[in-house]
Amino acid sequence: MSLEVEDLRVYYRTLAGDVKALDGVSFKLADGEIMGLAGESGCGKTTLGNSLVLLDGRMKHVGGSVKLDGAPLPIANFKAMQEFRFKHISVIPQYAMSALNPTRKIGKMVEELLESRGIGGDEHRKELERRVQLVGLGVDVLDRYPIELSGGMKQRVVMVVSTLLDPSLLIADEITSALDVSSQRAVAQTLQSFRDKGFVRSMIVITHDVSILYQISDTLAIMYAGKLVEKAPTQTVMEQPLHPYTRLLISSLPEMGVRFADQRLKGIPGTPPSLLNPPPGCRFRDRCPLAFAKCAEEPPLVELAPGHSVACWKAAS
Amino acid sequence: MRRYFGRKLFVYLLTFFVAATIDWLIPRFMPGNPVQSLLSRSHVTPEALPSLQAYYENLFGLDKPFLAQYANFWGAMLHGDLGRSVYLSGSPVTEVIMGAVPYTLALLIPAILLSYWAGNKFGAMAARRPLLDNAVLPIGYVLTATPYMWLAIVIAWVLGTIVGIFPISGGYSYSLEPSFSWTFISSLLSHWVMPFMSLFLVQFGGWAIGMRNLIIYELDADYSRYLSALGAPSKLVRRYAYRNALLPQVTGLALSLGVVVAGALVTEIVFAYPGLGKLLLAAVQNEDYFLLQGIFLFVIVGVLIANFLVDIAYVVIDPRTRVGMRGGTA
Amino acid sequence: MTAPVAAPDRPAPEPTSASSSEDVGRRREFLHFALRGPKVLISGSILLLFVIVAIVGPIIRPGDANAFVGPLGAAPDGAYWFGTTTFGQDVFAQFANGLRTTFGAGLLGGGLAAIIGMTIGFIAGYRGGLVDEILGMVTNIVLVIPTLALLIVVTAYLSARGIVVEALFIGLTSWPWAARAIRAQTFSLATRDFVDLARMSGVRGLRVIFSEIAPNMSSYLFLSFILLFGGAILIAASLDFIGLGPTEGSSLGLMMYNAVAWGALPLGLWWWFIPPGIGITAIVGALYVLNVGLDEIFNPRLRES
Repeated sequence: MSLEVEDLRVYYRTLAGDVKALDGVSFKLADGEIMGLAGESGCGKTTLGNSLVLLDGRMKHVGGSVKLDGAPLPIANFKAMQEFRFKHISVIPQYAMSALNPTRKIGKMVEELLESRGIGGDEHRKELERRVQLVGLGVDVLDRYPIELSGGMKQRVVMVVSTLLDPSLLIADEITSALDVSSQRAVAQTLQSFRDKGFVRSMIVITHDVSILYQISDTLAIMYAGKLVEKAPTQTVMEQPLHPYTRLLISSLPEMGVRFADQRLKGIPGTPPSLLNPPPGCRFRDRCPLAFAKCAEEPPLVELAPGHSVACWKAAS
Repeated sequence: MRRYFGRKLFVYLLTFFVAATIDWLIPRFMPGNPVQSLLSRSHVTPEALPSLQAYYENLFGLDKPFLAQYANFWGAMLHGDLGRSVYLSGSPVTEVIMGAVPYTLALLIPAILLSYWAGNKFGAMAARRPLLDNAVLPIGYVLTATPYMWLAIVIAWVLGTIVGIFPISGGYSYSLEPSFSWTFISSLLSHWVMPFMSLFLVQFGGWAIGMRNLIIYELDADYSRYLSALGAPSKLVRRYAYRNALLPQVTGLALSLGVVVAGALVTEIVFAYPGLGKLLLAAVQNEDYFLLQGIFLFVIVGVLIANFLVDIAYVVIDPRTRVGMRGGTA
Repeated sequence: MTAPVAAPDRPAPEPTSASSSEDVGRRREFLHFALRGPKVLISGSILLLFVIVAIVGPIIRPGDANAFVGPLGAAPDGAYWFGTTTFGQDVFAQFANGLRTTFGAGLLGGGLAAIIGMTIGFIAGYRGGLVDEILGMVTNIVLVIPTLALLIVVTAYLSARGIVVEALFIGLTSWPWAARAIRAQTFSLATRDFVDLARMSGVRGLRVIFSEIAPNMSSYLFLSFILLFGGAILIAASLDFIGLGPTEGSSLGLMMYNAVAWGALPLGLWWWFIPPGIGITAIVGALYVLNVGLDEIFNPRLRES
């Protein structure tokens, strides 16, 4: 499976105007690739994830295209997307803890969901049971109501349900944010094992916590203010980031063994620009220590090395 | 589960106890003396007054010490003796009430059940179809804001006086005697239609609006979004939303019972329908305290029983309550 | 009349921020919606209209509303805008004065119920534990008793009745649902950090409620009051309709009582019973819609895009 996103623009309708949450994002996802998508809150990563699966009422597709395995993906057409959802593109939502119907037993809900999509029940029931055990839960979980499960258990159930039909593309949205550190690691490893076992072909893992991505993703894409600023293999991003924002982001990560007295944690001063009326030129310009005259013009995303794209005049020169 | 129902039962019994006590206390603490007002309305010679007074005091039990009166009250009530109606010249209150109850129930039960079912269905439909919503919403708000007695008056006036297809007073034609004949039954029905319609419409508005708002809320919930993201057809999403929205509606049903009963009472007054409402008015106008207290107790018991039934229904349809009782939450 | 249409359990509103520029922005947003949303505008105008009639009416038509002034049972005309009753009373004068009584009963009754509901709701939600259990039981008991039946029995024994007494009894019996709703909101707010902070700074119970919790629920409290106000009007009208209203003066429910009692229906004197009913329906309906409209303003999630 391959995913090609070309200059995708998705805006939010608000009373005050259009919020340009996703303003021209392009990237490619190869078969079997786990791509981490990171950035600050409000950079557009969740919008990107949502737009690939379910464009809700407030979002509008303004421009750009998405191709799945060479064929165009009709993201703006709710009905046309139905065929893709769950079967080919699936999502583990940000709100996984409350994603299960509180008044239905979990197994029953899955059964009814499959039936409503015209997919037979029995073989999938066995597979469901198998996978539920794979994530460390007992089969009895399927006979329970969501209220009887802990947050972590519900998280795992949603992971199993979302991947039940072996989708080509899985979008995992902030699935570790509400968990403690050891659970985070367990979930991250489970995700990776899903890909390795063939339950999922490719993944986009969305988070603001870069350290998780370091563990499981093959490539990292960094977003800022609605734009993609850098994409490269994970190792490269961590060790040789080219975009100033990425470099500041990486260096702001605490390192094990380094004490506060020796090296202070660096933050990035300032805040991202408003997406209602974004400033012209490079959006990171105001906070960038390397900004110069050319930055008044918006830098294009250029592939500077094989598999390594950056949107920065300084890095390109 | 036993603990849950046991607790509910306890609250209901306590409520009944409190209500009955208040009921008994009121005449004894209000300004004026019920006996005096009864005496002043009776047409007897001044010489007969003292013995009449003694009779009434005995009847009210006012000649005994306080606690004994209270004990008598409970004893009599548990024997089904609610005293005697002054207005209806001495007939036992229980008998009088029992004569009126079937009429009130004949109005209440169909009106409550039908309006609940129809209102919820319409509200759910309106939540999905914007065109229907534009009609249902204002109509629903107007209906639910309409006082029961006024809608009764308007219906009586339009269909009764102006169009003239339904009779505007009585439970059945004044010229008929109760019998199992078709004439009598059709007369019963034609007298029943307007009061029923009035009760039905007001409640219908309330349920429709409530359900519509709840469904909108549920359709926006996380589990609905997740199902949509997994490509579930809107039929499934709506089904789940409806099921979940019903739960607060059931609770609402219990809360509305007291209000609906009041509505039935005033509706009957408008139509001079021979139920508890008409009886209540007569009791108030004739200062028939026994009858008044009897009706009140009856209404209370009825409402408490209905509340208990709704509680049972709620446990049946919300699986989470059963889980909670098993102590199964994580 | 039904149980209040909208008072669902909802997550508590976000606490207001300290920054004044955000306050200005919030106010501007409020006004924007308040003046644009048809719900608030229309219902507000209807209510304003009736308030004006209530204030101005008795001035235009001074004197005792129940005086016998005109022809018997006359239809509306230039002299008597709403016609006259079977006894020759001016229906418009009764209507205008009745509006005053109705609003009064609503304000007093609803206000008292709001105060009781808030007191019990705040205490139960904030203290929790045994206090909450006991108050909860009291609330349940008052909630289940059919209030109209109780009110009928109580007021039947009073020989002289005025608005104040009627409003008093209404206020004493219609608070339970508000207490429950306020308790639930207080519960969720009481566990928030800023309340803990206040407590740790040594602020004592009552002050915490007044200075931290209540202001953050102010919109919710206001909406509850609106519903209580409407409910009180309906209950008062019903009591008046049974003949248990104020023994002096005029009220909308009393007008309906008289109309039905003196045969306005078979005689077709529609001007006697239509105006009071429309008055109550319009006022209560406007209150419900106002409630929904304001709710949308205070809770942006409910806004239809």
